[in-house]
Amino acid sequence: MKILLISFITTFLIMQTSFVRAEDNAINILEKSYQDQGAKSGNAQSGEKLWNKTFSGKAPFTERSCKSCHTENLKNNGEHIRTGKALKPLAPSINSVSLSKAKKIKKWFKRNCKWTTGKECSAQDKADILAFIKQQ
Amino acid sequence: MKYPTIISSIIVTACIVTVPVVFSDDDRREYRQRSLGVSPVSSPMYKEECSSCHMAYSPGLLPARSWKKIMTGLENHFGDNAELDAETFKNISEFLETNSADNSEYRRSRKIMRSLSDNDTPARISETPYIRNKHDEIPDRLIKGNKKVNTLANCNACHTKAEQGLFSEHGINIPGYGRWDD
Repeated sequence: MKILLISFITTFLIMQTSFVRAEDNAINILEKSYQDQGAKSGNAQSGEKLWNKTFSGKAPFTERSCKSCHTENLKNNGEHIRTGKALKPLAPSINSVSLSKAKKIKKWFKRNCKWTTGKECSAQDKADILAFIKQQ
Repeated sequence: MKYPTIISSIIVTACIVTVPVVFSDDDRREYRQRSLGVSPVSSPMYKEECSSCHMAYSPGLLPARSWKKIMTGLENHFGDNAELDAETFKNISEFLETNSADNSEYRRSRKIMRSLSDNDTPARISETPYIRNKHDEIPDRLIKGNKKVNTLANCNACHTKAEQGLFSEHGINIPGYGRWDD
């Protein structure tokens, strides 16, 4: 009986440790790197403006913005404009995975800035958008 | 606590933890799969990187030469930017090429390869003759004219087991239409 009890407790502990989340400092790392590149600290209002700004692109998507896929309300599910695939909400208050990995944030800023605006975003743009998303 | 108690506890714990590994039915599943479909996606990195925007297509749906061509044009990936860092690029390329249709024993991979000539390098799965012929009887209104499908590239809109590499008829459910029998 004693053996079983100890075993179950140990099993439980082993399972638990594998679910413990790594410390969440992706946002801090990126904010610092933007400032090292000369940006001021992020401004959520400027970020929101940029989020809603429309850029022109090649057909069939001649009007492009962050909203094209992520919608106006970051708490909603998005939908990939070309493939229709459902995208999880970007708002960290709804989706705890959002903004949790620096590598992922960098990747999507690079790809999505290029697709949406036609060029990479500046460090300031990224700091502002990050400040905006983080509040959601 | 006595030593025997500690040792017994460790052994029992080890048994509990390993049960799901020892008694899996992977072997049976793989046999069924080989005779029916294409290899299911086994790379977590590929799944993570390539299924954000679309289904993680099985590498067994195209020959290695096609995957190579697709991977060299990621900056303009069918109109989207899908750039990868060097390490991820290498890892995913290797996965795609070692599990490609021409390196696979799975039934549908072999059929796809037989439908291609040696100098064909299709850039889309839907351009391979086998896949094209398989879908040529389906009217446009069920694919292009169907908002929940849109394109033949959206395999899992109708093939409910596509993510597992299975494409047999009884797994088909066309949105707004239902089953499809040949």
